[in-house]
Amino acid sequence: MNQIHRRFTVNRIMKYIMRYRICGILSILCAVINVVSTLYLPILIGRAIDCIVYGATDYTRLIALLVKAAVSMAMAAVSLWSMNELNNKLTYSVVRDVRNEAFKKLHVLPFDYLDAHPAGNILSRIIADVDQFADGLLMGFAQLFTGIMTIFITLGFMFMMNPFITLIVVFVTPLSLFVARFISRHTYDMFTLQSGIRGEQTGFIDEMIGNAKVVKAFSYEDKAVKRFDDINKRLSRASLKALFFSSLTNPGTRFVNSIVYAMVALAGAMAVLTGGMSVGLLASFLSYANQYTKPFNEISGVLTELQNAFACAGRIFELIDETEETGDDGLFMLYGNDGDQRDKTDPEKNIINVRNDIGNVRCDGVSFSYNKEMKLIEDLNIDVKPGEHVAIVGPTGCGKTTIINLLMRFYDVDKGSITVDGNDIREVTRKSLRHSYGMVLQETWLRHGTIRDNIKMGRDISDEEMIAAAREVHSHSFIRRLEHGYDTVIGEDGGSLSQGQKQLLCITRVMLSLPPMLILDEATSSIDTRTEMKIQDAFLKMMEGRTSFIVAHRLSTVKNADLILVMKSGSIVEQGSHYELLDKKGFYYELYNSQFA
Amino acid sequence: MKKLLKYLNGYKKECVLAPLFKMLEAIFELFVPLVVASIIDRGIGGTDKIYIVKCCGIMITLGIVGLISAVTAQYMAAKAAVGFSTELRSDLFAHIMRLSYKNIDELGTSTMITRMTADINQAQTGVNMFLRLFLRSPFIVFGAMIMAFTINVNAALIFLAVIAVLFTVVGLTMHFNIPMLKKVQGKLDEITLLTRENLIGARVIRAFTMEERETDNYTDTNMGLLKEQRRAGHLSAMLNPVTYILINMAVIVLIYVGALKVDTGILTKGQVVALYNYMSQILIELIKLANLIVLLNKAIASGDRIHDIFEIRPDIRNFSEQNSVVPSNHTEEGTAEENGDVCVEFRHVSLKYSETGDEALSDIDFMVNKGETVGIIGGTGCGKSSVVNLIPRFYDVTQGSVIVNGRDVRDQDLTSLRGRIGMVPQKAVLFRGTIAENLRWGNEAARDDELYEAVRLAVCEEVVESKGGLNGLVEQNGRNLSGGQRQRLTIARALVRKPEILILDDSASALDYATDLRLRQNISNIEYRPTVFIVSQRTSAVQNADKIVVLDDGCICGLGSHEELMENCPVYREIYESNT
Repeated sequence: MNQIHRRFTVNRIMKYIMRYRICGILSILCAVINVVSTLYLPILIGRAIDCIVYGATDYTRLIALLVKAAVSMAMAAVSLWSMNELNNKLTYSVVRDVRNEAFKKLHVLPFDYLDAHPAGNILSRIIADVDQFADGLLMGFAQLFTGIMTIFITLGFMFMMNPFITLIVVFVTPLSLFVARFISRHTYDMFTLQSGIRGEQTGFIDEMIGNAKVVKAFSYEDKAVKRFDDINKRLSRASLKALFFSSLTNPGTRFVNSIVYAMVALAGAMAVLTGGMSVGLLASFLSYANQYTKPFNEISGVLTELQNAFACAGRIFELIDETEETGDDGLFMLYGNDGDQRDKTDPEKNIINVRNDIGNVRCDGVSFSYNKEMKLIEDLNIDVKPGEHVAIVGPTGCGKTTIINLLMRFYDVDKGSITVDGNDIREVTRKSLRHSYGMVLQETWLRHGTIRDNIKMGRDISDEEMIAAAREVHSHSFIRRLEHGYDTVIGEDGGSLSQGQKQLLCITRVMLSLPPMLILDEATSSIDTRTEMKIQDAFLKMMEGRTSFIVAHRLSTVKNADLILVMKSGSIVEQGSHYELLDKKGFYYELYNSQFA
Repeated sequence: MKKLLKYLNGYKKECVLAPLFKMLEAIFELFVPLVVASIIDRGIGGTDKIYIVKCCGIMITLGIVGLISAVTAQYMAAKAAVGFSTELRSDLFAHIMRLSYKNIDELGTSTMITRMTADINQAQTGVNMFLRLFLRSPFIVFGAMIMAFTINVNAALIFLAVIAVLFTVVGLTMHFNIPMLKKVQGKLDEITLLTRENLIGARVIRAFTMEERETDNYTDTNMGLLKEQRRAGHLSAMLNPVTYILINMAVIVLIYVGALKVDTGILTKGQVVALYNYMSQILIELIKLANLIVLLNKAIASGDRIHDIFEIRPDIRNFSEQNSVVPSNHTEEGTAEENGDVCVEFRHVSLKYSETGDEALSDIDFMVNKGETVGIIGGTGCGKSSVVNLIPRFYDVTQGSVIVNGRDVRDQDLTSLRGRIGMVPQKAVLFRGTIAENLRWGNEAARDDELYEAVRLAVCEEVVESKGGLNGLVEQNGRNLSGGQRQRLTIARALVRKPEILILDDSASALDYATDLRLRQNISNIEYRPTVFIVSQRTSAVQNADKIVVLDDGCICGLGSHEELMENCPVYREIYESNT
């Protein structure tokens, strides 16, 4: 990370902290009180020791000093406690804000970002990196500031007590810093090596354990173990070095510490002899010598931690700063509302509530590709009348799903335009556009929660409506048989449900939104054909009067479409009805026949 | 955790020496206040400058000896800790590799991965810190107390009282804090789950325009995390101030008591200073000890989680490892009839995936001759994959037996059994490496021309070409290939092995019909004529098979050729009609 970048990151962090500036200011105040009173205590104790004289102890002075010491101690403890509380509040609040912001970002990131970055990568930024950042921030607040202050205030106190001895301390100190720096620079390289090998190993584990079934099918276990052990041995060597060298910091600085201590003892004792100092003062001095070097040790640790925290923060800010989808500001809403076509007063009507006059979708000269080098869709023209059914067929990878991405405006077209009832979709809000489509996707998506929540998706839907829809698509019968019916809690990504059951739930979900247009992308690929036939009726009912786009491998499911678009490597090679296309004896004919050969 | 300690067996020397050297270092540190005391009493008291210089020399020597012991100790501790984790990791990985399909299903991948990585690292840190600090901190605390006793018994009683109170405070804090930390972890897991769901479901969420609701939900959970973090924080924020107060109260009492004793000549001034120094040392060590205990708690929790994995016995073991009397009773009828033509035979097979669950398969009974092609067809979740998974013994039958080449699979060597089978699983998985490396999973010794032959049979020449030949790179999980490309490569991988039995478990689902057709033609023309099992939902994929098994809800409801089944199996007819 270069200097400018780092300064930028620090400024950003400061901005978050400024929201809680009262906390921050109080925390600094507490730190000052804490450091001063903590450091004042040894002086009081030293003076108290001076009161002790064989046979002539000054008890009144002694008790007065001890009371003072108790007060100073109480102040130190209370300020330390408040500082800890304030730091906790500050850090955890900042972290919460950063996380919230990063999460909000997820919903406005364009899909080319989401599709290009593995979920694990983004996840680790929002979870692991933010956590690391929190740790670093907390440590920084708790130790860096107090540490630096302790050093300076100690020096000040010592200087007041005896400038000469203080100078000795000041001259020996850099030795400690030097030792710490030397060690940390060398360990840094070793840690880098270690984390590199660790990453390689995790990748290997992920692959082999994630696909353990394939490993077993090919009896690859022994080879996998051998390869693992190879990496493991390398890791072992690197770890030993990293661990050993990093653990030298403490003994190293402790040694420097003991030298400082011995020097202070020597010089102090001499000073006492020449009358320049009292024994009590020497005791306080020695106590300072102990306290003074400790922060150096901590600071070097904190600095590594902070560096790591900044790196993590940098990665989070990178995510937060990603370019967003163009905003919806100033755009008007399609159909003048959020697209919700349901009749709230009479749920019965909702199943057949269709307006036949809307849902005209046109593509005019649309070109699009995911990256500039590989052309995908070139000059696509279609005009779908309200209520028409369009089927998109073609071999894998020909761009069928891409058309869906464009229709829903998950991606923007490069050239040309897509209009819905005469409105360019870039001129209406995404929300209203997407609300006017019902979509069942190739991959099912269910979340941890009850079946009911998964179907309703937070919409205002009555149980009667939900059950009616579930009956229509034949999901009611399997849901009813689950242990708690609609209240059954399913695990992450649908958990124990079969792929077909998951898809039935997703279809039920769409049945309830009743939008003017439908998109069914491979919607029934995981449902066996017999169940699918049963759902067909429901589908047909749902599609009735709605502009529908159907993407499917099985040509049988698209035979009745008004228009079939046959795609091949990004462009539409044929279009027409099923029988027109068969008569043409072209690509569609070939595809259709290969199915029954 | 205890049982994992056997991984330290190879490092007994280090385990003893590391704490010993640490203790040595601590002893040298404990001498320092005594030296200071004698500087004050004899050096200053007797104005003996040479004595003072000598004492300082002793202090520096103590420092050097301390440094040497410390470095030795750190090395020993690091060596033992790294050795421990390396061997543990290696064993755990080998153990996981031995687990059966059933074990894997129950455990889940992400659990196993965290055990292998995060938990082992945590355990390593635990061992390292334990060896370094466990003897040192208590030793200094109690050593300081003993030293105090040697100075003056009465004054030392203060030490005893303070240490007792301090241990209680630290103990209680730990006791209450650990459950709180667990709650924080629980909240963090919720946050992770929400983030994951939102990432994976981004399309659905935006299609349903649920962004705001999701964000609100997330903000609430995040607030919950903040609350738990702060609650746990309250307690840990208390720990340091409280120990600080306790120690310094003791110091004040100590000085007052010391003053009385010096006044009456029982103690010297230097001795009071020494007692004061010991008290400071205790404070520092106690803070370290508290941190160590937190760390150890985490390490022990990790160790237990790792141990849980070791506890899982692989429920499918090679028959040579099955310590029952061989040959076991399942063979009595199996070996009796040596029918040379029969390749695979299912005898009244039932299968349950869990003790309590319903049967996934019941009374499956059919026979397949060598070189035949068998289609297995049926609806979603009817048990098609379960049937083929029994052939390489990925699961064990609950009842009945599966016989391959005349012998029960449970009485065969697993490696040689699986070595004769080419399996193409439903999920097309490839590994990071070159295409050739991936294909050679099937047969390590395969020559390039054999690889090309398999590639040709699996209709993926153009896939190999597009990646630049056999040495083209495949990314992790085959990310840089489309679903259909991956499927064809996994088929090629199984063919490289020239298997006696080829199992295609719905492995052409992402292929278009034309490619699928070519693939099927290629397979039926293979020279060595393997016995082929084709699992599919489409009748078109199986209608040319010699035999078709129709499954419905775990039972066979039809068996025969396409024509026979069209005639007399209503379920098959229904599937056929729904396909067209």
